[in-house]
Amino acid sequence: MTATVSTVRQTTPPEPGGRPAGRAVTLRLGPVSARFRWRAVVVPVVASAVVVVLGALSLGRGDYPIGVGDVLRTLAGAGEQGQRFIVLDLRAPRILVGVLVGAALGLAGALFQTFARNPLASPDVLGITQGASVGAVAAITLSGGSSAGELLGGLGVPLAALAGALGAGALLFTLAWRSGLDGFRLVLVGIALWSAGQALTDWLLTGAQIHDASAAYVWITGSLNARSWDQAEPLLLSLAVLVPLALAAGRVLGVLQFGDDTARGLGVRVARAQGAVVVVAVLLVATAVAAAGPIAFVALIVPQVAVRLTGGSRPPLLASALCGAALVTGADLLTRTVLPEALPVGILTAAVGAPYLLWLLVRGRRTPA
Amino acid sequence: MTTSTPDAPPLSAPTSDGRVRLAAEGLRLAYDDRVVVEGLDLTLTDGSFTAIVGPNGCGKSTLLRALGRLLRPAAGRVLLDGRAIQRTPTRDVARALGLLPQTPVAPAGLTVADLVARGRHPHQSWLRQWSAEDEAVVAEALSWTDMGDLADRPVDELSGGQRQRAWISMALAQGTDLILLDEPTTYLDLSHQIDVLELVARLHAERGRTVVVVLHDLNLAARYAQRLVAMRDGVLVASGTPHEVLTEQLLADVFDLEARVVPDPVAGSPMVVPVRRLRR
Ligand SMILES: Nc1ncnc2c1ncn2[C@@H]1O[C@H](COP(=O)(O)OP(=O)(O)OP(=O)(O)O)[C@@H](O)[C@H]1O
Ligand SMILES: [Mg+2]
Repeated sequence: MTATVSTVRQTTPPEPGGRPAGRAVTLRLGPVSARFRWRAVVVPVVASAVVVVLGALSLGRGDYPIGVGDVLRTLAGAGEQGQRFIVLDLRAPRILVGVLVGAALGLAGALFQTFARNPLASPDVLGITQGASVGAVAAITLSGGSSAGELLGGLGVPLAALAGALGAGALLFTLAWRSGLDGFRLVLVGIALWSAGQALTDWLLTGAQIHDASAAYVWITGSLNARSWDQAEPLLLSLAVLVPLALAAGRVLGVLQFGDDTARGLGVRVARAQGAVVVVAVLLVATAVAAAGPIAFVALIVPQVAVRLTGGSRPPLLASALCGAALVTGADLLTRTVLPEALPVGILTAAVGAPYLLWLLVRGRRTPA
Repeated sequence: MTTSTPDAPPLSAPTSDGRVRLAAEGLRLAYDDRVVVEGLDLTLTDGSFTAIVGPNGCGKSTLLRALGRLLRPAAGRVLLDGRAIQRTPTRDVARALGLLPQTPVAPAGLTVADLVARGRHPHQSWLRQWSAEDEAVVAEALSWTDMGDLADRPVDELSGGQRQRAWISMALAQGTDLILLDEPTTYLDLSHQIDVLELVARLHAERGRTVVVVLHDLNLAARYAQRLVAMRDGVLVASGTPHEVLTEQLLADVFDLEARVVPDPVAGSPMVVPVRRLRR
């Protein structure tokens, strides 16, 4: 069997605004072959390194600072009882939830934006995270009230959020579907769902007890506070299934980017492929939001940042996932250490995200999706 | 007959052996309840070069989409190599037949090389993503359409003519021997129209491709195609050689146009000189 690796020098386009494609690598081993852009390989590798470093820093920082050496010793299985508890039971699951939620949101955003051919098509804008908020807020504020409230309260906030997100996803899908999904229609329907969800949330909050309302507010902002292995484990399991499925969709997404006719002409069953992508993306968002609440803007911004880093015409899937993980881990570390009070991480991502989005809109004539 | 432009290929180049590649039988095409094409029969033989002409909105694009399996017929059927196309898997169709839609959109930032590479999609799989054959075919398609120098430019920054060549290059890379093109010359100035049609004619003459192209310019259609198909209001009105089809009577019937038909001084094909529009 022969393996060949060749690099092809691709020149930088002379036009301003064109993203240079960069060097391409071709890999061939027997019947297996693939082609990558160097930058599409380098960006995920660097992002992974950033996640590891931030995660390691995060393990040591907090109300009880622990030295790097002690952290490593604890991870290796040694270390004293108290440190083991803080590192392994308090901080590790919280950091892991941050990493996984960031990855899920980044990946889901990239999926949505690519197949809808619209950089606005992110789960925040499409009302899916809003659906999760409705579920969670209903569970928090209605429990103890009506019988429906009892039922929701019994579900627990994460499951209610999951149900809300899946419900919103299903509604979005049914309302936007017309023998296929049109990106523009999807965004319009999504915005309508978003406002309906917003109204419902507000209505629930106005009728709520004050302590319920403040708990609901914290949840709506998206927070990693007090996340434990109870959240980390189901998240890890579901992502173990969903991430490979999403990455496998990459090849088809490269064709779905075109109009439906072109994609079909290239042998893609468009409706089926779109349906599969939406289902995977909605499940990714739903599990992420159930674990940490709707951490704002991650799914909207990360894919757009990632595509600017890697170059190319669409948000890269793997790089979006890893950049999402890096963003949430970094934001969490900041809120826990530098900032005076432990803010919910969602406030920081929103504070960074909104100006960034504006900057994109003001500056951008190119909005690859 | 046709195609004897100054440096046109010899007429004898791809004679069809009469084998039917693509056929429409009793086709009725509709969007929801609105019938657009009714009772249409058409056969396209191997190695033929056909132009479809007709007024705006008469159903040319609709017919082409049905021939390419992008639209399910409300009645009747399309046969690809004798087999009902609706029962042929999407991927098999994509390996046999390439279709360039009327207004294809390339995603922002996609380079010409990447666009053309996407043409290989029907030949690729999860494991086999970029074979030596893919690479060779794409390189060949780029150089054959003269797009080599523009390979790294984003498609959305090309001129209309360059963009059209890029899409034709992609259709070539798809490697199908049946190619359907919907108005490949729209938005192009005359010299670029000729440029694109020469390319299509070479695809037919040198590559032996069976070509169907929707065109609005009757004179160019008559010059390049071996066969014209004229449509009006979703009905096939006439089909035959340009000389048979482009008559003054037909121009009146199909286009509501009073016109003289004279021999093209360059190619000898029929040439339409409009007089005025007829009121119906
Ligand atoms: N997606 C669609 N939904 C509903 N009606 C459509 C659709 N596409 C085309 N039509 C209608 O079908 C008829 C035929 O359209 P078609 O695009 O096939 O015409 P055409 O001959 O290609 O016209 P042109 O020369 O302008 O491209 C028109 O009346 C058009 O309005
Ligand atoms: Mg048309």
